[in-house]
Amino acid sequence: MLAKRIIPCLDVTHGRVVKGVNFVELKDAGDPVEIARRYNEAGADELTFLDITASSDDRDLILHIIEAVAAEVFIPLTVGGGVRVVGDVQRLLNAGADKVSINTSAVLNPQLVKDAADRYGSQCIVVAIDAKRVGAHWEVFTHGGRKATGLDAIEWAKKMEAFGAGELLLTSMDRDGTKSGFDLALTRAISDAVDIPIIASGGVGTLQHLVDGVKEGRADAVLAASIFHFGEYGIDEAKRYMKQHGIEVRL
Amino acid sequence: MKVDIAVVDYGMGNLRSVSKAIEHVAPAAHVVVTSDPDVIDRAGRVVFPGQGAAPDCMREIDARGLRQAIVDAARSKPFLGICMGMQVLFEHSEEGDTACLGILPGDVQRFPREAMHDAAGNKLKVPHMGWNDVHQAMSHPLWAGIEEGARFYFVHSYFVQPAAPEVIAGFSHYPFPFTCAVASGNIFAVQFHPEKSQNAGLALLGNFATWHPGAMAPTAAMSGATCA
Repeated sequence: MLAKRIIPCLDVTHGRVVKGVNFVELKDAGDPVEIARRYNEAGADELTFLDITASSDDRDLILHIIEAVAAEVFIPLTVGGGVRVVGDVQRLLNAGADKVSINTSAVLNPQLVKDAADRYGSQCIVVAIDAKRVGAHWEVFTHGGRKATGLDAIEWAKKMEAFGAGELLLTSMDRDGTKSGFDLALTRAISDAVDIPIIASGGVGTLQHLVDGVKEGRADAVLAASIFHFGEYGIDEAKRYMKQHGIEVRL
Repeated sequence: MKVDIAVVDYGMGNLRSVSKAIEHVAPAAHVVVTSDPDVIDRAGRVVFPGQGAAPDCMREIDARGLRQAIVDAARSKPFLGICMGMQVLFEHSEEGDTACLGILPGDVQRFPREAMHDAAGNKLKVPHMGWNDVHQAMSHPLWAGIEEGARFYFVHSYFVQPAAPEVIAGFSHYPFPFTCAVASGNIFAVQFHPEKSQNAGLALLGNFATWHPGAMAPTAAMSGATCA
């Protein structure tokens, strides 16, 4: 059976991984290539790089990183952050990214998702949705959760599926950084509303949260940063825990 | 210069990972990513990858004048189809009602919506995306050193249905069994992405780089594809 995926997420700026990654004997805690290699060896099912570089001057650095990682790490690589035009998608794919994640630009210009999916195939287009509970529903936010859009997250998810997204990366802005677990109701509502895979993100603090995301939230994949980076849990440990709880994983 | 392995470039997706993965397992081989039919003709081996939609793939193959070179390579030398490069070897794809290369008999179908749920009734997503078990339906040099049931990385919404069951080299389940590898003479083709399947995928690519198909008789190839 198809395995549920565990995806570590690395924030990159100016060519360096930030927030630190705490592997044993890691020579350089900010080197994206070495960190990617270590996660690959540890059994990560995919890797996601989020380019949080603020200035456009340094955007090309992510291309060099992806080229270097793709030359020695042979698992799927997703890159997000600062994707504004179809040409950005092309540059990332040419550098060796397998999927490109589009967030704010999808809201500003939904046609970008359609054009990119038509041109390069849905399999490489991930739409990232940052959602926050507002009253009785969830609303889409952009710019790292700072700007409200007025869009209903479930309707937006369906629209992005119709526009050709191959996968959705769903982050609960209420839970992100809280270590209190995924927003399971949100995850499940979106997962049930679409036929494409959902990556749950935001709020993982324990291995049980990963299990809950899959079992209760019906996520197809779980993304986490800090619990892996700081060595609280290993990828293998997380997978064994999920397996013990009846979840199909790649060991 | 001698080209050991040509990776066919017809504008459909990321070929860097395919060529990098081959270079990783066959460092001595001269690997070229090419859309030049002459280079494909001269190459010792051909890898035929592909992503995206079937109608676009067929259009791009013809727009670049690559059809004959691909068909000739599939008849004559070690040939590895990957993902869309496997699907278009067959006669017809349901995706966009597309006539394909017709090198192998059979067609390509979408995962049917009504079948997409597991035993517990949970919805199964399409595309089929992620790591799934691959069961080996025959012994083949390209499976050498790869464990039965090893997981490979998939991302696709369509799967092949070979008309000749003897070409089925591997299958997977989602939720029903579907063909994910075929072998016929000098052709081996897979639905999954060996270039993204870590150790198992690298092993398969390494096996391909040294594969010497014995008898070149394309056992299940269509009559039109056999030599006079």
